[in-house]
Amino acid sequence: MHQYTIAELITGLREKRFSSTELTQHYLDRIHTLDKQFNSYISVNEEQALASALKADERIAKGESGDLCGIPIAHKDLFCTQGVKTSCGSKMLDNFIPPYNATIVENLANAGAVTLGKTNMDEFAMGSSNESSFYGAVKNPWDTNTVPGGSSGGSAAAIAAQLAAATTGSDTGGSIRQPASFCGLTGLKPTYGRVSRWGMVAYASSLDQAGPMTRTAEDAAIMLNTMAGFDAKDSTSVDEAKPDYTATLNDSLEGLRIGVPEEYFQDGLDNDVATLIQSALAEYEKLGATLHTISLPHTHLAVPAYYVIAPAEASANLSRFDGVRYGHRCDNPSDLMDLYKRSREEGFGEEVKRRILVGAYALSAGYYDAYYRKAQQVRRLIKQDFVDAFKQVDVIAGPVAPTPAFGIGAKSKDPVSMYLEDIYTLPTNLAGLCGISIPCGLTPNKQPVGLQLTGNYFAEAKLLNVAHQFQQQTDHHKQTALND
Amino acid sequence: MKHDDIIALAHLARININSDMVDDVTDNINNILSLVDQLQQADTDGVEPMSHPLDASQRLRADEVTEKDQRDSLQSVSPAVESGLFLVPQVIE
Repeated sequence: MHQYTIAELITGLREKRFSSTELTQHYLDRIHTLDKQFNSYISVNEEQALASALKADERIAKGESGDLCGIPIAHKDLFCTQGVKTSCGSKMLDNFIPPYNATIVENLANAGAVTLGKTNMDEFAMGSSNESSFYGAVKNPWDTNTVPGGSSGGSAAAIAAQLAAATTGSDTGGSIRQPASFCGLTGLKPTYGRVSRWGMVAYASSLDQAGPMTRTAEDAAIMLNTMAGFDAKDSTSVDEAKPDYTATLNDSLEGLRIGVPEEYFQDGLDNDVATLIQSALAEYEKLGATLHTISLPHTHLAVPAYYVIAPAEASANLSRFDGVRYGHRCDNPSDLMDLYKRSREEGFGEEVKRRILVGAYALSAGYYDAYYRKAQQVRRLIKQDFVDAFKQVDVIAGPVAPTPAFGIGAKSKDPVSMYLEDIYTLPTNLAGLCGISIPCGLTPNKQPVGLQLTGNYFAEAKLLNVAHQFQQQTDHHKQTALND
Repeated sequence: MKHDDIIALAHLARININSDMVDDVTDNINNILSLVDQLQQADTDGVEPMSHPLDASQRLRADEVTEKDQRDSLQSVSPAVESGLFLVPQVIE
């Protein structure tokens, strides 16, 4: 059963070939047997999952179920789940049991999706390797000596090892797309404001966006149908009509104009990755698309702009963790200042502290104009590059990351080398556009590589159509890490 | 940034840094700052800073009570609470 896509599971459930209870139990058994090797889950909620599965079975029997009814999924551990620990991969929130559900958790639960558990992640979503989690590194199921990518590394590894039918992730600078690339999955970052951020622990509020991680584009469309939509509780949610994302999956790509940014194919791009991207582009030509070289001239400034804006927002967002209202509190504080400082010293890991300090510096008196204001100006230049490009092309295609998955420990001692890993994904977040990673083949070392497609604002349906058509033509998304 | 600058910055950010870690933290922060210094090459004369991807402004709502009182439930996750109040070390002598 674990080999099936969501679309196939929906048919199986409706035709009563298996029940949601059987399916859920099967996934729970797999998690217990296999996840010791990968560490993709922080918590597994067996009782709750089986209770939801039973309810889903009743709804299916009555014929009142929607697409996701009875489908076992898992949430990245930064989405608040009522009564279930939401740690954000941090010691700071190791004891945090939210009194409410995030909007997307609520939406998916109302649709009948079964939550198996919460997946591992880089602490507070700050990382590109899932090595900064308080709960230990996640291992890539394709090669356990390598990282699964980050920050949604647990969500990616859980699907790659077939320990969930789909997962939720969040993407602030590439945290859905890069792990999807490293683990051979489909991962969609929607347009900023498309999916509610309410109940998602905030990292950088003007960049954060939640999205689905799945095996196929069709599954991502099914998930997005339930996840997306206006939410009055999120002040940055956009009240924009939501299409049925599955309705246009089969549209023809005849005449589609694909922009290929020259800046994404320069020094630093691994040869094996470049070869696979080029053959994916050739595949699109066979589908009737035309390729156009474009320029995104401010790409090289995306990493420096991001590493001012994201830490600045993080330093403000994470000021709420003060040992007073919730989260970790140090023992025997001598006074209020000691309570704040030691609770934060003990509760946060190294990378989180680094980003808070960089952000505090960028926002401090005398430096604001030189760093924060300057970065926001550069952010507009980056956005303008895309606005100009989308006058000539319908979607933009290129690599997700410069390399396939790297070794565990290879970059963790050198933060700057880790930051450069996100060079092709950060611009999408800075501009607020939507992007998707889809599998486009394996390197000679059998490591998956993702093709990144970037779409205009609210063009998720187009991106999913372009991704789905590729998956109708190729088998890359059917390759699996485990052969069981 | 020097050793003492980091200690002052950490105070502003309300984070204690163990004295044997300060040199390491200083090196890492300096590496990050030299990365972000590349921003200074960009010509941004007359460019409006961008704080929101869609240049949207904050949505406002009618000034009406919409939330129920959930104090007990929200304080159930607090480290120290008494009579609906958060407890902290003594602040006023």
